[in-house]
Amino acid sequence: MAEEKRLMKGNDAIGEAAIRAGCTAYFGYPITPQNELTAYMAKNMIDNKRTFIQAESEVAAINMVYGAAATGARAMTSSSSPGISLKQEGISYACGADLPLVVVNVMRSGPGLGGIVPSQADYFQSTRGGGHGDYYHFVLAPKSVQEAADLTYEAFDLADEWRMPAMVLADGLIGQMMEGVVLPEKRDLSKLPKKPWAVGHQGELKRPINHVTSINLVPQELEATVKARFERYAKIKASLQRFEELNIDKSDLVLVAYGTASRIALGALELAKADGINVGLLRPITLWPYPEKRVSELAQQGKRFLVVEMSMGQMVEDVRLAVNGRAQIDFYGRTGGMIPTEDEVYAEIRRILKK
Amino acid sequence: MELLYGHPKSLKPIQTKYCPGCGHGVIHRLIAEVIDELGIQGKAIITNPVGCSIWADLYFDFDSVQPPHGRTPAASTGIKRMLPDHLVVCYQGDGDLAAIGTAEIIHAANRGEKFTTIFVNNAIYGMTGGQMAPTTLIGQKATTAPYGRDPIDAGMGYPIQVCELLATLGGTKYLARGAVNNAVNVKKTKQYIKKAFEAQLRGEGFTMVEILSQCPTNWGMQPKESVEWLEQNMIPFYKLGEIKNTLDGEAQK
Repeated sequence: MAEEKRLMKGNDAIGEAAIRAGCTAYFGYPITPQNELTAYMAKNMIDNKRTFIQAESEVAAINMVYGAAATGARAMTSSSSPGISLKQEGISYACGADLPLVVVNVMRSGPGLGGIVPSQADYFQSTRGGGHGDYYHFVLAPKSVQEAADLTYEAFDLADEWRMPAMVLADGLIGQMMEGVVLPEKRDLSKLPKKPWAVGHQGELKRPINHVTSINLVPQELEATVKARFERYAKIKASLQRFEELNIDKSDLVLVAYGTASRIALGALELAKADGINVGLLRPITLWPYPEKRVSELAQQGKRFLVVEMSMGQMVEDVRLAVNGRAQIDFYGRTGGMIPTEDEVYAEIRRILKK
Repeated sequence: MELLYGHPKSLKPIQTKYCPGCGHGVIHRLIAEVIDELGIQGKAIITNPVGCSIWADLYFDFDSVQPPHGRTPAASTGIKRMLPDHLVVCYQGDGDLAAIGTAEIIHAANRGEKFTTIFVNNAIYGMTGGQMAPTTLIGQKATTAPYGRDPIDAGMGYPIQVCELLATLGGTKYLARGAVNNAVNVKKTKQYIKKAFEAQLRGEGFTMVEILSQCPTNWGMQPKESVEWLEQNMIPFYKLGEIKNTLDGEAQK
């Protein structure tokens, strides 16, 4: 039976969705604007007889996740931009050791300590492998509290299936805002995927010993391992590029925006429509893998693009890569925690279309 | 016929990559012997640190997890919380534990995490080639302290006595310091390890055995000289014995 819709804060909904997805270990460290999530887990993980630790740092938290994930547990941490920078070491190691785990980034503005208000300036860090080495991991970008819950829930499945970290990339607005949400069903822990590579119970299972490690000092072997991982990435890129689109067919100009910025772009689209101007909207849901095939098709069809971000322009580079010189690309962004308004975006649309 | 002495089951029958005279091999053997005696090989997990003993997973015949440098106690925390009935051995060197991972060891110890840290203190960075460690003695030379460790004029700080430092923390139940420079000390060290592992399996708080160990290569000595140097220089500063023992199980015995 479907659950009733309830009013929840984004941070709380992410926490509840993680618990329902079968997260048995959460490790976090306080940072605004995601503190409600850590507090939600502090109470509800303990009430569910699961593990919660307030770690001494973000560095410790991600490595507690690393240890818990190595035993096969569904484990998670959350933080916000400066804290995510600290976790990059652990994320690189998890990618190198093929460990599934979930990281939530409720983005704030930067660089440095920056501010505590919403931003999308961690796009490069999230989608390019923010730590050292050749790697990628899933990056899922929710636009609402509902999607924050759904994508967090799904992140655990994707991580397990593909043996890699999955990041939910929200921002302070998604984390702090309250909206209606229908929560997914609570997973039966005994039915979660088996992980024959995990450590623990070796004697009982009578299996060969397992090592969870990323070290390999033999270049030929390490290259082969990284190449095998990139074959996995290629499969993911071929099958899991996700996006939502609106009003594309009627429009010459397509707005491209994700997360909070896509809500503003949608508002601008409606303002335009009221004035009889058609623009489309392409909203990437997976930022890695990026929906490059769809962007490429639209460029081929002769569309032009206006990319809207809460940054100085980061995702716009993925649009440029997909377009590959075949279409005009404009950009409109605000940064430092400034959020573009629908009117600002609409003015940009009119400027571009000379209307 | 009863076997009185043999190669431990928990240690693979292969030669190690460690240098001649290095203490890691002996320490690995002690851990393996105790695990065999406790019959817990199938439920043992080691976290091997960045440093020479990153090779530990080649030699131990049980599961292993290799975390980033210094994060070994954080990863061990995650493992032990998920598998509380397993024996989790957090193997660390002096750079891993007392420099880059100082925050992680202090807080894991303070939370009373129920794993055992085996802290190998050889007063030098081994794998990277002889740099000054937090435990390098005053006056001791290293590639990054070419005139010897000078805490005052050169501002290099003082050698850290980790057992004594951790002893003030409420979560620590058993902190002992042994050495592997001679047979007597090896035997005592094995007793400390056994006590710590037994306490862990009883679910008592944080346990650690610090082990003073030779690094002839990076000390620039012959192995024989290095065991003497350890005796004459390290032991007077790093006192051997049980630095803290508040084990409940021990009191009941």
